[in-house]
Amino acid sequence: MTDGRVKPLGEAEAPLSHPDLLSTVAEGGEVQVIASGWRLAVREFASNRVAVIGVAILVFFVLFCFIGPLIYPTNQSLTQPLKANLPPGAATPLGGTAGPLGTDEHGFDELGRIMLGGQTALEIGFFAALISIVIGTLYGAVSGLSGRLVDGVMMRFVDIVYSIPFLFIVLILATKFSATVLEESLLLGFFSWLVPARLMRGEVLTLRERDFVWAARVMGSGRPRLVYRHLIPNALSVVIVNVTFLVADSILALAYLGFLGFGLQYPAASWGDMLGNADTYISNGQWWLVYPVGFCLVAVVMACNLVGDGLRDALDVRLRRR
Amino acid sequence: MSTPGSPRALEVTNLSTHIKLSRSTVQAVGNVDLGIDAGETLGLVGESGCGKSMLALSILGLLPSGGRIVEGSVKLEGNELVGLPDADLRRLRGNEVAMIFQDSLSSLNPTKTIGVQVAEPVRVHRGASRKEARDRALEVLELVGLPNPKERLGQYPHHLSGGLRQRVMIAVALACEPKVLLADEPTTALDVTIQAQILALLDDLEDRLGMATLLVTHDMGVVAGRANRISVMYAGRIVETAATEQIFGAMRHPYTQALLGSIPRLDQDNRKALVSIRGLPPDLTDPPRGCRFAPRCPRATDQCREQEPPLTGSGPDHLFACWHPVDGLAEPPKVYAQPSAAVETTARSNGHLLEIADVVREYPVTAGMVLQRKVNSVKAVSGVSLQVAAGEALGLVGESGCGKTTLGKLIVGIEKPDAGRIALGGREVFVLRGRGLRRARRDLQMMFQDPYASLDPRMRVQAILREPLVVQGVGSRKEQDGKIRQLLEEVGLPAGALERYPHEFSGGQRQRIALARVLMLEPKVIVADEPVSALDVSIRSQVLNLMKRLQAEHQRASVVISHDLAVVKYLADRIAVMYLGKVVELGTGDDIYRRPVHPYTDALIKTIPVPDPAVERAKREVGIRGELPSPIYPPSGCRFRTRCPRARAQCAEQEPLLRRFGPTHQAACHFPLREPDGAPVSAATPRSPSHPG
Repeated sequence: MTDGRVKPLGEAEAPLSHPDLLSTVAEGGEVQVIASGWRLAVREFASNRVAVIGVAILVFFVLFCFIGPLIYPTNQSLTQPLKANLPPGAATPLGGTAGPLGTDEHGFDELGRIMLGGQTALEIGFFAALISIVIGTLYGAVSGLSGRLVDGVMMRFVDIVYSIPFLFIVLILATKFSATVLEESLLLGFFSWLVPARLMRGEVLTLRERDFVWAARVMGSGRPRLVYRHLIPNALSVVIVNVTFLVADSILALAYLGFLGFGLQYPAASWGDMLGNADTYISNGQWWLVYPVGFCLVAVVMACNLVGDGLRDALDVRLRRR
Repeated sequence: MSTPGSPRALEVTNLSTHIKLSRSTVQAVGNVDLGIDAGETLGLVGESGCGKSMLALSILGLLPSGGRIVEGSVKLEGNELVGLPDADLRRLRGNEVAMIFQDSLSSLNPTKTIGVQVAEPVRVHRGASRKEARDRALEVLELVGLPNPKERLGQYPHHLSGGLRQRVMIAVALACEPKVLLADEPTTALDVTIQAQILALLDDLEDRLGMATLLVTHDMGVVAGRANRISVMYAGRIVETAATEQIFGAMRHPYTQALLGSIPRLDQDNRKALVSIRGLPPDLTDPPRGCRFAPRCPRATDQCREQEPPLTGSGPDHLFACWHPVDGLAEPPKVYAQPSAAVETTARSNGHLLEIADVVREYPVTAGMVLQRKVNSVKAVSGVSLQVAAGEALGLVGESGCGKTTLGKLIVGIEKPDAGRIALGGREVFVLRGRGLRRARRDLQMMFQDPYASLDPRMRVQAILREPLVVQGVGSRKEQDGKIRQLLEEVGLPAGALERYPHEFSGGQRQRIALARVLMLEPKVIVADEPVSALDVSIRSQVLNLMKRLQAEHQRASVVISHDLAVVKYLADRIAVMYLGKVVELGTGDDIYRRPVHPYTDALIKTIPVPDPAVERAKREVGIRGELPSPIYPPSGCRFRTRCPRARAQCAEQEPLLRRFGPTHQAACHFPLREPDGAPVSAATPRSPSHPG
């Protein structure tokens, strides 16, 4: 049929009705059952060896800090000057030997103290991250969804707060407050929501132009519904990834504060305080006061970052290897 | 075909490419044979995911990570390419074999000038000096018909329009005079009028330079007039290879036949349902054992499901892989159409349901970092007046940038008009606020273009469908459930779909969900913005049939927006053709297609590629010349005059008003193709066209 026009096939025949053919399969075709997006992400995460190591380190430290003192109970409230600064395994003047990591200048067992300090580090890290992520997410979502004027004002406020040296302010405030775990968390949380707020705003700016958000608007959805049902669930992956990095940042910030002498009140201990105190003894060769604590701090912060990187790879479809 | 002794320009034999994913392997290309002689164009046609792009990339050795050629050979003028070291392949790419990609914006480097990019292959492969390469770049840019090439050399890709960028891409590919040109969807991102220009250019270049061209596309219309031979690909296999006329007129594979039948055509009666192929293409990580088309084929037997048919045929010139071939058009395809849509244009009420009067929407162009002074504006919609009666379907058609999508957004209130009024049932809607506005939104719903973006990926289908009812506070939970189930069945999805997330559905299925969501609120007017342009041909006809049927059953007014005149003609009772923010012609589908009076409409119809080689080859002129003018500075008078063959002085001075050319037919042109029937219809208060029947 090389000459003449080809008859369009659509007209070749009147539409047939084949009820028997239609009855078996839904006309739109079967739905392939694929694992949910979250399950895919978990699988992707589990195949990332480095991230799994990060999780293992974190789990180890949680067990070490919170269950450890039950297995290895130590005196961490009464100073014992006679037992001060003993190297690991050394005999004490009161009989018995010092713990596997020795004792500090107050005679506290160093291993037990690391557990105690780890508790506060993990607690504060977690709470501070939670506070900052809640504030940051809501602030960023509202800002991104608002008109240009409100958005501009809200983001300039963030810029201003961001330009104030964070540690400087925290240090000033830390001197006014008698720091407990909760207070220190609030303090750190209130100063670290800026990054999540910016991230969330950026995410909302792209999400709000997506068709499904427009579709919800065309239905008549109000702003709260848009934020809670559409924007936050879809930005959740960004938020979750950010939480892990915030935990790491908060633990580090806590360590700075402790090191500079504005740590937690006695009898609470923090790794920063321990490092700060040990500073004076390191030149005397009392290595057990510095390296074990330092190692724990580095390990926990690194583990948080590894988990964060792994989560980002798993949750961001663009980075997923499929 | 090929004379013995002289090897073909490109010969692919038994090529299989696999892509390894973390948990499975996609058998993207399987046992493909094809050959192209110098000066010949082979069209490679298939739906998305059928492996046609992977095949082109396999030839170049540019597979994505995890991709590997598992067997077969690729010979370039007799020289084997498979297994060549990367350094040798690099010497061939861009030199002997060149590729044109689909998206010219992302394929050109935005930080380098056009001159540098066109000269690059010459510098790399020919070792030319800067000066020589520049001269060559100038020469090729002239060859591809870039206006003022000398000045363009120093410009960056973003300075050029899509059509001109695609010309630059072709120039880059041609700079070293390749023997084989691989064009992967070279015109898919372009408007029809520009597409025609680029296709004509490719044709002309092939004649002059004598390259072998592999034209990869999903569009049967594009290959109809350009290719000497066509290979049809399905699920990684070539199912049929033959001369173009054979494929269109005497195809043997049922897939080819159904594919051609499912394309909506301008010359077809829109009361009849389209042929559609049931189901979805197979998953290539686990392809069916026998013929890959068997699960969707009406002729499939047990043999088809057990044994894969080899690619043999009636002779070396017509190969097909089918146990039970069809005989061309002699026996019409068995269609899996819905029980007849009964699409009769029922009597319309006379009153206007939706009235758009003199609507203007302009986006400000600002300058200055701080003060953001408004210096000018993009004229997206400039004084459009239209009416839609209850139950009527109005089509809006035009090239990108003509304002059709903006008009759709204005109707559902996503955008607010700068002037003019939009009234539903005589009441202006979007001056309302708060509760009144929310209630009014119920009557105006929108279906979006991209089914991947219009459903919230974090919500289950049940929640997606429930959402409109919850937002509007309609019905109890039980009533909502009942309605969700009823509509899900109507759009042809299994009840099991309710618990699933959007990513588990194919594009066509998602568009069905979107359609069900739109219908949940029983709106008076539905705006469908390019409802099928993101879908594959075989799926597109399913969705079009469905939309047509639901239109007939639900009797809702709709506004169908598309760049594809055939889609609009199939779905709409009346069509408005838009050009640069203005309606230039308005009429029934037959008014527009059979009796166009505006030169733009006429040229547009002539430019649209028709899946029919006889029609396509007969086309001699390129249709509309030139590019769409900037909507920031639209031409004075008639906005089409800069590209119009009939333009005279009057067109620049005076803006044409809509004039009546028939009971249902209006157009705005000073020098129409036919003399008008009556006096101008005032632009401000156009009388409504009465409907026949």
